Amino acid sequence: MAQIDKSIQDYKKMVNKHHPQESKLKNFFLAYLFGGSICLVGQIINNLFVFFNFNPTQAGTLTTIVLILIGGLLTGLGIYDELAQIAGAGTIVPITGFANAVVSPALEYKQEGYILGTGTQVYSIVGPVLTYGMLTAMLVGILKLLII
Amino acid sequence: MIIYLLSFLVGGLICASGQLFLDFSNYTPAHLLVLLVVIGCCLTGLGIYSQLIDIAGAGVTVPVMNFGFILTKGVLMEVEQSGVLGLFTGALEIASAGVSAAIIISFLIAVIFNPQE
Repeated sequence: MAQIDKSIQDYKKMVNKHHPQESKLKNFFLAYLFGGSICLVGQIINNLFVFFNFNPTQAGTLTTIVLILIGGLLTGLGIYDELAQIAGAGTIVPITGFANAVVSPALEYKQEGYILGTGTQVYSIVGPVLTYGMLTAMLVGILKLLII
Repeated sequence: MIIYLLSFLVGGLICASGQLFLDFSNYTPAHLLVLLVVIGCCLTGLGIYSQLIDIAGAGVTVPVMNFGFILTKGVLMEVEQSGVLGLFTGALEIASAGVSAAIIISFLIAVIFNPQE
């Protein structure tokens, strides 16, 4: 029977040597660069809609829809997840990342069928986001009612 | 022109803060999304969010925090008009476009495309 000749410390050293070294500073700046760029693109799309005589509210809503469409399409093509490997939160936080989080499970569970697979999984991230968003929004509304 | 610069700077800062949250905790991206929406709701309740939109434009309307803003803004608007009932009718008042678009577009894309290997 072979003896294990490594102490726990030795073993940890070996593991650390092969563990990918992620620089948190690098992650920070990559997230900044990609996230900022997506917001900049959003601003450009928004101003294009304003330029074509939509009012600011309509322009904002249309921008959101266009960004969801772009995020969804890039997810369907498999490009968004590659980007997310590099950009981290820079691709998660913008609305395109939300679209990605909605499309990914819906795609993945497609084999379970359109009702119980795709139909259910579309809500796997919309669910928690809307639930907690609505709860907080309602709490704010209650506070407002009490203060008036 | 300055709005383009500000949308990049502020939007980037929000995303980079999200990255710090992920790097220095064990939470998942789903937790981050929920947290941001809740923060967005709170900032709207405090009246800060609309000011931020005036300053940074898409820098604050593109991050998911904006979902918190539109949910809360709808509730506040309806509460002013119809009191307690507004707590229920308001949440999706403005958010309906974004929510419907996210669900319908995502479903169609999931139908059209197949999972990547």
